[in-house]
Amino acid sequence: MQQRTPIEEQIDLPFVESLRISFQSLKIRFGRSIITTAGITLGIAFLVSVWTNNEIGLALQESGRQSTINTFEETTEKGISTKDIWLIVMSLIVCVVGIANSMLMAVTERFREIGTMKCLGALDGFVVRLFLLESGFQGFSGALIGALIGTLGAVLLGLKDYGLDLFFYFPLLPAQPEDGTARLGVIVVILLGCVLGMILAVIGSSFPAWRAAKLPPAEAMRTEV
Amino acid sequence: MADIVVKTEDVVKEYRMGSNILRALDGINIEIERGEYISLMGPSGSGKSTLFNMIGALDRPTEGQVYIDGQNMSHLSQRQIAAFRCHRVGYIFQSYNLLHVRSAHGNVTLPMIFAGIPEKQRNEKAEGLLDMVGLGDRMYHLPDELSGGQRQRVAIARALANDPSIILADEPTANLDTITGREIIDLIKRLNEKQGVTVISATHDLKMLDVSDRIVDIRDGLVERVRNRDEIDIEVGEVGGDGH
Ligand SMILES: Nc1ncnc2c1ncn2[C@@H]1O[C@H](COP(=O)(O)OP(=O)(O)O)[C@@H](O)[C@H]1O
Ligand SMILES: [Mg+2]
Repeated sequence: MQQRTPIEEQIDLPFVESLRISFQSLKIRFGRSIITTAGITLGIAFLVSVWTNNEIGLALQESGRQSTINTFEETTEKGISTKDIWLIVMSLIVCVVGIANSMLMAVTERFREIGTMKCLGALDGFVVRLFLLESGFQGFSGALIGALIGTLGAVLLGLKDYGLDLFFYFPLLPAQPEDGTARLGVIVVILLGCVLGMILAVIGSSFPAWRAAKLPPAEAMRTEV
Repeated sequence: MADIVVKTEDVVKEYRMGSNILRALDGINIEIERGEYISLMGPSGSGKSTLFNMIGALDRPTEGQVYIDGQNMSHLSQRQIAAFRCHRVGYIFQSYNLLHVRSAHGNVTLPMIFAGIPEKQRNEKAEGLLDMVGLGDRMYHLPDELSGGQRQRVAIARALANDPSIILADEPTANLDTITGREIIDLIKRLNEKQGVTVISATHDLKMLDVSDRIVDIRDGLVERVRNRDEIDIEVGEVGGDGH
């Protein structure tokens, strides 16, 4: 058996090419993308509303205003109550689990697509990069919308509790009250929410995508949706 | 000297399912010459797809070696295997395996994107290929908007995108009606004759018999027998007489 031309090495694709493929995929799967993104939006909305609500509460507490319904009855002199910490931690967990779950589902139903792309010559790294881009975009946009919804929710709640006073003492920017504690301010909370949503979405999708990309294509293509 | 494109040496594939081990291939030895049209025949579960996956580097054998163009596939790096799938082989599947997020045209261009072919060039090539398979007027339809036969034509056009020397087809007509299946077989046969592409097709479609140069009968993971063209012709007559 004679030696033919040796088999060359597969090339890396330019970044724009990956970007185009991932955006096209998001566009065509718009309905499905929206559902996945909605999962992120919900998680972040919950987290940001709890968090912002807390910021608002602290700011108004410091200003000396009492809630019309005495929200801070059980609060210690200053700082966050255990109940608030509990709420924030809970919402964080809900957010992490919810986003990881929706990304995992979104990747699992695409195993076949991953296998097919590898048949056509895709490198494992390319497949992972594609999911990274898609989920990063979904994560950021979903989280931004979620953060805005969450903030709006917290503001409405605040209006109910404190009335228009809310706007005089609205903790928009980071602050350093005399008690030495730090206040993030609503803007930072929104930004953190966006970053967190994006990171969670990227981790939540690139881990299963990486596992799927490592599979031999025959195996990846066997999975029925 | 015969020009051997594919050679398998005692290829064994075992699937582990819990504590059970299923021996899907039990030592397969075949040699396929360049330009041949080979049909792998056998009942469902006999190991055709498994062998298809071994030859196409879609999975690794448990034991034994696969040589393509004289290269031992188990010695290739990840990048070489990706390049091999991209350039040397065109895959056609029973269930088409088109990317449903990409149009017919987008499916055909994808392997060319992976091969680094410039955009203008790959668009033209995709148009030419889709024209050739008779889908010139449906290029920008999504797979969901095409019939089974049309989807399989897209898959064929996609398989040809990077001018492979081997077409691997796993039961390409199994999901199609008789007439459409016949058209797909004729299309593949034309590629084999006109462009000299080696065709390796798993099938239990008897329509495949009369286009094949050789038939490899697979049973329980073993090569039961290999029949040549002339032996086949007689049997095709018999089959016709039987009313199959
Ligand atoms: N990934 C797998 N895991 C476990 N068993 C498998 C797997 N793929 C195939 N098999 C088994 O191996 C045998 C051969 O399968 P296959 O190659 O698909 O046969 P064919 O294509 O001829 O119908 C069958 O018994 C099948 O159930
Ligand atoms: Mg099969």
